[in-house]
Amino acid sequence: MPGKLKAKIVAGRHLPIMDRASDLTDAFVEVKFGNTTFKTDVYPKSLNPQWNSEWFKFEVDDEDLQDEPLQITVLDHDTYSANDAIGKVYIDIDPLLCSEAATVISGWLPIYDTIHGIRGEINVLVKVDLFNDLNRFRQSSCGVKFFCTTSIPRCYRAVMVHGFVEELVVNEDPEYQWIDRIRTPRASNEARQRLIFLMSGELQRKIGLKVLEMGGNAVVGYLQCFDLEGESGLVVRAIGTACTLEKISSTLPATATHPSNSSPSKDMKEPGFGEEAPGVPLSSGPPTPLRAQTFSSFSPSKSYSRQSSSSDTELSLTPKTVGIFLFPSTPTLESESSPLPSAHLPRHLWPGMASRSTTPPPLRLSKSDTAILRKSVSFSEELLLAASGMGSGGSAGKEAGPLKALLRQQTQSALEQRRVSSSSEAFVRTGEYPFFPLTAFPPGFLLHVGGVVSARSVKLLDRIHNPDEPETRDAWWEEIRQEIKSHAKALGCQAVVGYSESTSICEEVCILSASGTAAILSSRFMQDGPLDTEHRLSRQPLCVFSTGSERVEGDMGSSASLGFEEVVSPGCGFCHIPYDELNIPFPAQLTYCYCCRRYKVPDVLFTTIDLPTEANVTGKGCLIQARLCRTKKKAQGEGNATVISNLLPFLEYELHTQLMNKLKLRGMNALFGLRIQISIGETMLLGLASATGVYLTALPSPGGIQIAGKTPSDITYEQHISNMQKKINDTIAKNKELYEINPPEVVEEIIGSPIPEPRQRSRLFRSQSESSDEVSELDLSHGKKDAFVLEIDDTDAVEDIHALLTDFPTPAGFYSCNTEIMPGIQNWTSAIQMFTSVRVFRLNASLTSQGLNKIFSDLCENLLKSLYFKLRSMVPCCLCHLNFTVAIPEDELIQVAVTAVAMSFDKEQLLENGKQSGEKTLIKAITENDEQLQFNLELNAETPSPNPLSSPKGLSEVGSHLSARALSVDYSSFADRCSSWIEQLKLKAHTIRRGSVKTTSSMEKASPLPEGRSRSLRSNRSYSGSSVAVVKMTPLSFIPGAKIIKYLGIINMFFIRETTSLREEGGVSGFLHTFIAEVFAMVRAHVAALGGNAVVSYSMKECVFMENPNKNQAQCLINVSGDAVIFVRESELESTSVQTQSATTHTSNGAEGT
Amino acid sequence: MSVELDVFVGNTTIMDKEVYQLWLNGYTVNDAVKVRIEGGVMEECEASAEVLLSDTMDQYRTFQMCERLLHHPAKLANQLLFQIPPDRQAMLIERYYAFDDSFVREVLGKKLSKGTKKDLDDVSLKTGITLKSCRRQFDNFKRVFKVVEELKGPLVENIRQHFLLPDQLARDYAAIVFFANNRFETGKKKLLYLTFQDFAFCAGQLINNWTVGAVDNMMEDMDVDLDKEFLQDLKDLKILITDKDLLDQHKSLVCTALRGKTNVFNEMEANFKNLSRGLVNIAAKLINAKDVRDFFIDLVEKFIEPCRSDKWTSIDVNLYLTHYTNSAHILDTFKYYAVWTRYMGVIKSCILRMYHD
Repeated sequence: MPGKLKAKIVAGRHLPIMDRASDLTDAFVEVKFGNTTFKTDVYPKSLNPQWNSEWFKFEVDDEDLQDEPLQITVLDHDTYSANDAIGKVYIDIDPLLCSEAATVISGWLPIYDTIHGIRGEINVLVKVDLFNDLNRFRQSSCGVKFFCTTSIPRCYRAVMVHGFVEELVVNEDPEYQWIDRIRTPRASNEARQRLIFLMSGELQRKIGLKVLEMGGNAVVGYLQCFDLEGESGLVVRAIGTACTLEKISSTLPATATHPSNSSPSKDMKEPGFGEEAPGVPLSSGPPTPLRAQTFSSFSPSKSYSRQSSSSDTELSLTPKTVGIFLFPSTPTLESESSPLPSAHLPRHLWPGMASRSTTPPPLRLSKSDTAILRKSVSFSEELLLAASGMGSGGSAGKEAGPLKALLRQQTQSALEQRRVSSSSEAFVRTGEYPFFPLTAFPPGFLLHVGGVVSARSVKLLDRIHNPDEPETRDAWWEEIRQEIKSHAKALGCQAVVGYSESTSICEEVCILSASGTAAILSSRFMQDGPLDTEHRLSRQPLCVFSTGSERVEGDMGSSASLGFEEVVSPGCGFCHIPYDELNIPFPAQLTYCYCCRRYKVPDVLFTTIDLPTEANVTGKGCLIQARLCRTKKKAQGEGNATVISNLLPFLEYELHTQLMNKLKLRGMNALFGLRIQISIGETMLLGLASATGVYLTALPSPGGIQIAGKTPSDITYEQHISNMQKKINDTIAKNKELYEINPPEVVEEIIGSPIPEPRQRSRLFRSQSESSDEVSELDLSHGKKDAFVLEIDDTDAVEDIHALLTDFPTPAGFYSCNTEIMPGIQNWTSAIQMFTSVRVFRLNASLTSQGLNKIFSDLCENLLKSLYFKLRSMVPCCLCHLNFTVAIPEDELIQVAVTAVAMSFDKEQLLENGKQSGEKTLIKAITENDEQLQFNLELNAETPSPNPLSSPKGLSEVGSHLSARALSVDYSSFADRCSSWIEQLKLKAHTIRRGSVKTTSSMEKASPLPEGRSRSLRSNRSYSGSSVAVVKMTPLSFIPGAKIIKYLGIINMFFIRETTSLREEGGVSGFLHTFIAEVFAMVRAHVAALGGNAVVSYSMKECVFMENPNKNQAQCLINVSGDAVIFVRESELESTSVQTQSATTHTSNGAEGT
Repeated sequence: MSVELDVFVGNTTIMDKEVYQLWLNGYTVNDAVKVRIEGGVMEECEASAEVLLSDTMDQYRTFQMCERLLHHPAKLANQLLFQIPPDRQAMLIERYYAFDDSFVREVLGKKLSKGTKKDLDDVSLKTGITLKSCRRQFDNFKRVFKVVEELKGPLVENIRQHFLLPDQLARDYAAIVFFANNRFETGKKKLLYLTFQDFAFCAGQLINNWTVGAVDNMMEDMDVDLDKEFLQDLKDLKILITDKDLLDQHKSLVCTALRGKTNVFNEMEANFKNLSRGLVNIAAKLINAKDVRDFFIDLVEKFIEPCRSDKWTSIDVNLYLTHYTNSAHILDTFKYYAVWTRYMGVIKSCILRMYHD
């Protein structure tokens, strides 16, 4: 029994009236975990029962602890008839299994019923006592930390990035089981909720196991998705990046003084014990007897038998152990050396040797993770065996026998790679897919970005026959990933970052999509440069090709990459092309980098990642969306799939045209956070591409857009065209002003590029498509002005241009982006407002594609407008992480859901900021103009930030007086605007102050209440004066003005809500409004119960809404996730010496709430 | 083509004060949108009517969902569904429980029953307040009444704690509850010139001085009923008018004190017996519930009207009542000083408050 789960039911409040006669309720509670159920006493006749139960104890495997939720059911006791259920609470106890996360769940949690919604709250206490698990063959992966955040979490340091982890589990959807015909909607919903809880628990556990195999202790960028495949089943899949993380804590001297030159074994002690041991609750009490127990089962034979009897997994476990244990051994050794930039390459690690000499100590101590710690005792001997097997030629994998296919593959390839790679190479491990769902990286990690790679495939769903072997689904994804990998390779890149996978399902047709950004990563953080062998070999010639010139390939090994980094400035390095310019996989317009003038850059860059913090950006960014709607014929099965796959390339092509046009219209040259969503319905296809456009200083200035008519005979037509041309030019000029894009005029010097093509073709995009359902996303056109020509040859094109121009400009004071941060804005205030908005639009008549396009585009635009209006009180503010999701829930219905966060920023600070970025440009413009200098001083007292790029740029710039003048004019207008904002800000500050005064007074008012209550109120009315703890939610990975001091665990919740009285609940809007509010409330409550005060990286991954107004019914499924954290305001942080204490008191006083 | 569903949910619930007020005033969504357009919010924020409609619908929905909680304001603080900053919560409650003086004048002193509620459409017509708003206000009165009715202790304090209302509003509700409980007549033509605030002031006086709680805070009785013992004792005051000597003595004492101090001395002297009889009779009858109802009518008919017809100023009234009250203490055969002071204190301040046009 490796774990004891304890739960205590304290009280309930605000319960619904279950007995009409007395207007009261006789409530009791069932606490269920696995197959064990406990009950509290009935607390008669109260809506605020005080059960104050004993501790209910469940003795369970940690495997179950990971898979199962604790299920709490509140019921109304009925003497004569069956007890009525009031509602349920599912508690995910996973956060309690990791010593670094939460230690107790305590607080008021909403009681939820799938038919009635939230029905009161229940106060519970849940704890877990984990015992040392000495079982080598365990299936659990307790202790692996999970983060939804797609960057290295704020209070951690990445010791190593191990690579891509993925897993999927499938099951039958309870909604489609035969029994669903006879059970109530409630029972069916609950079965579904429970199943998904179980499946995601299992999935997380399995991913955790993989991470342990790889030697990591955490998963970052964990993205879990559901595919509701209807008849054919239910798929839960997840991807993430396995990492070894180390907590940065200034309070612990152990990590602060990280010994840098000691031997590996010594080195490893520090993170292993110095940091973790205090946090492990189990190391104190219970382990003694258990350790004894496992000592007895220490010999291999015994432990095997034990395993086979205790679990129902494969019987022949020997090879598996080998597979598992080999991996952790090497990485740990390496991991410790990697933090030291000098001792860069772990050469000392041939496993055979290593295990004999140094392995035993590091194994016990190295992992900064309790799970491993627990395992340690039984570990070492086994490893000797394994290691020696490996030393004898790397055949361990082949001897393995009945391993899981994948595992064997990995082992094998890893071993082969090891043999091939010379000792100077970094270790190549696992790394079947060098994918990273991360979107932001530690500085220096990302060397070059190639461009977006994506792959889609259309599949026909069939019933999943054996849930235990989800091979088809695995194989499908396998295909797609392979394709992505080959695309990346074609771009000369070794890795794919910002990687994500998604599906869209309609009836039995399913589109699987994956996309990411091809990139070259620094080998400093990875131990492998996750290339497989052939790739490396095939790349070799490429490298040779270019090394002759100034380029050095980033993955040539550490020395090479180090040398490379020396000469490349961080602000532009990532823009430099990773592919060979003479061997470009597509026609591209290359120029020398506008920052450093040494390396080539493309003229446009599309990526799926966040803007690197160190990037040089001119002006501000903005959200750019391409929207497309295409009609399609109704079809069934295979035919339908064919129709869809035929349409897809066109759809993607159009989306890219739109994106490119809109990008140029805004005078920008790069897209970040690109996300293309394609949704299928019975009679149409929807495509929505969202990204944040920016002007990268390193890239050439985009040319304008020129319109060319095809029939120049008609004069009015000519007129029309020139009008339109004027409009477009005006818009570009306006946008440049709006986004403060004032790049320095640079003498055009396109070097070594192909001759500009004088084509009059309307679209200069070329898609390099290897298969029908894939379009490479690197589209390149001329860097020269006016080279981008739109040709109007039919009404469609006219419509296109109209659509181009109808995009509503963001109102004054607003900015928007779909990435984490907005370039040019840093001074966020603490005011944040996360929101979700959902719209469903009904199309009535049969429409043309053009008409549909318009409607769809308007729908998105209007939604944005509404958001700006709603949030007008927060101006100046930026809508960050605007995440649009489109769906076609039914024929003729389009659903758009948006989740984002609005963040206010400081206007005065903005001024300073603007000035800073202004300075950059000023420096670049470098005209030693008196007027400008004055302006500079006026704006700013700070010294201009040193810009290494200024001098080369300046040389080419001197004398371009004209541009400088234009610049200064623009700035003064900007200053004007700022000053008017300052006025507004003062006003707002005033109201804020008033508000806060009010708050305290109301608090004062509330405080005497408890004393007075005893006398004046009836005793059975228990009101509490304390209000509910405030929990912030944000889709970003950080909270402005605050420091995250602790990650409490992942929040991953799935809810179903159904109603049979739609009209009574306020129609569809009323129903969904309530449900979303309830979901927020439940997320907040669970976070507060964990002791947290915020959710970061929050996302609503699924919002499936179905209605049947004729039957007065509706159903909705919502899946949300995020990371529960504790944050402290930076101001508070300064005042309190002991951070953690302040944080816990900070949150607990709110969380208590009687 | 139509928007079928349109929702916006913020982690912190967004509520626009202006829209809230429109909702409270019982405007339909379309009317509210019209008002907002006229208010110029559109130009301010570059919005369209469509956006405004969507926003208004959304806000209305939020308010409707909140309404349930507003019925039990204490719940608003510890509910989990909406995350609302405390100052916003206070604003929501205060505005929800705010009422129109013109409305409350119509129902003040009436039984808060279903029958009265049925007549609200007439009230709505008469006052120009929407029926919806009338219903809300009426239901608020009724809800507060029901909760407080059976509670022990000071009425105002109970209301304030239970409904988290600001002090002034709690006092007003106390008045409404007190009037409803004692069914004071306020609708007669002669009383129409009085505002709600006049009555609220008087109610405050009565609550503070004439109820059981007024003398003994720890009493097991409530604030909403008048002190029966006191009412009983008031009968003893009759001696002031039944005993001829006492009456004359009282009159001469008052007249001596007043002489030369007012322009209406003659009228005062002439009317003394009448006025004194009026006031003492009111006191003596208060033991009957039916006469309690007519308390304000009686004050107007027996005292205020005669004075007004003689053109007394309120300074005159104040002077007269002060001396009238104080002189009784000097009367040798009159022993009910405590009761007299308790009675006259309230009567004086009520009359002074009610003595206007």
